Amino acid sequence: MKPSINGAAKVFIPWAVPVLLLLCWQIFASMGVIPPRILPAPLDVLKAAVELTQTGELLDHLSISLGRALTGFLIGGTIGFLLGLFNGISKVSELFFDTSIQMLRNIPHLALIPLVILWFGIDETSKIFIVALGVLFPVYINTYHGIKSVDKNLIEMGQAYGLKGGALFWTIIFPGALSSILVGIRFSLGVMWMTLIVAETISAHSGIGYMAMNAREFMQMDVIVLSIVLYALFGKLSDVIARMVEGKWLQWNS
Amino acid sequence: MLSHIPDSHIVLDAVQKTYNNRPVLNGINLTIKFGEFVAVVGKSGCGKSTLLRLVAGLEKYDGGSICVGGMALNRLNKHARIMFQDGRLLPWKRVIDNVGLGLHGNWKMEALQALRNVGLEERGQDWPAKLSGGQKQRVALARALVHKPDILLLDEPLGALDALTRIEMQDLIETIWKEKKFTSILVTHDVEEAVAIADRVILIEDGKIVLNKLINLPRPRQRSNSAFANHVEEILDRIMLRGKEKELLVVNRQPETLPLVRKAKKVVPESSYKEESVRNGIKDHQKPQ
Repeated sequence: MKPSINGAAKVFIPWAVPVLLLLCWQIFASMGVIPPRILPAPLDVLKAAVELTQTGELLDHLSISLGRALTGFLIGGTIGFLLGLFNGISKVSELFFDTSIQMLRNIPHLALIPLVILWFGIDETSKIFIVALGVLFPVYINTYHGIKSVDKNLIEMGQAYGLKGGALFWTIIFPGALSSILVGIRFSLGVMWMTLIVAETISAHSGIGYMAMNAREFMQMDVIVLSIVLYALFGKLSDVIARMVEGKWLQWNS
Repeated sequence: MLSHIPDSHIVLDAVQKTYNNRPVLNGINLTIKFGEFVAVVGKSGCGKSTLLRLVAGLEKYDGGSICVGGMALNRLNKHARIMFQDGRLLPWKRVIDNVGLGLHGNWKMEALQALRNVGLEERGQDWPAKLSGGQKQRVALARALVHKPDILLLDEPLGALDALTRIEMQDLIETIWKEKKFTSILVTHDVEEAVAIADRVILIEDGKIVLNKLINLPRPRQRSNSAFANHVEEILDRIMLRGKEKELLVVNRQPETLPLVRKAKKVVPESSYKEESVRNGIKDHQKPQ
């Protein structure tokens, strides 16, 4: 007999392990096995979340972090996409830029944080710059690769059927590259959060990363854990959104 | 110089094509009349697909001239639509949108009509991935026909289909051709298919036309008919002739030792029963007597 998994179970099973872990954590914490100085109980973290929400502090930090993440993502993503596009389509552009981009790509963008702080100080610009830089390369590589690997036969067919210029691009090249571009976007969403966390932890006076670092000064373990949980939730959320977009735009592929 | 013959649609005059200094087509002369159905056969690599791509204007020829409807062809042939072996449907467009590719204005009705002509009108909203190989080629055919081309170019469009679907598609293409009266060139490696569908069969070998045979059989053609079989046989014989000569040469030259198998196998053309007979021949010889 093959066990069959129905619809509802499919939704719940992935959550079984996290929920179980949370339960164990809560139980061990209340039993005193895990001292609160090491790891606060989940309920305490929740309480901290509620308190910070009531003071409005949490929402402020959240919206500031989200704003930075999205601004950096949009800037870096757009630049990466356009560079990938031009280098994928035009041989000249590729010759000019690809080598340089590949060189820059190999520098870990987080290594630039000290430099960026000296350039821009610790205000918004530096965080957005680092996020944009981190996001740029995955989007670039995947856009470039996606456009390069569009089936040449399909392009030839399009030309034989009278498509050229913009029509050829929007009918064949872009849809052909789209699944690769979306992979790049999904990957760069992960990079976006990671970069922001590091940037905010090192130099900021607002945002979730700052909230965590500030809490460290006062040994507020619950707030530190809360900010880590928030990052996990946001990471998951952006992945879900990316998947939804993929499901909608790549319907033909399912 | 060839003067323009009034009812000739496509005229190829001493057409040359080389790839990396290797001649693929070497002086092709061919005149195709309006509404004629010409099949081009030959072994793989003989240049038959290249010929079709030149007529489509997908590639440039290096010498000679190609005239379509009295005009020299020097870029994409706008009067022609081509159908490829691998359908080349856009997987991200629904069937109906694939058919409407390159159409403007109020194209939905035309596309639907074209789908109806190939018997797939109710599949318009499906993704191409949901179709079978034969259905995909039907869609590709509809996509070509919706432009009402004067010339339909077929580049082994049925090569990847199973035998039954293939016969069905041949009938469909013939029916539509009879109705729409366009000129057509079919490139195929299937001699039977060529004889079944074409007014004329052309055999290309080493970049040259070596056989140009009118098929004067009444339509619809019966494959079981002995005249049909004779035509097929005659063309096949001509194709295989060189292969047989080579094989004889090799067999006569080699001493009857084991390496013969390997060497002979390289030269003997596709037909596998020949390999088999060579191998068996050696086995028999080696038996202790």
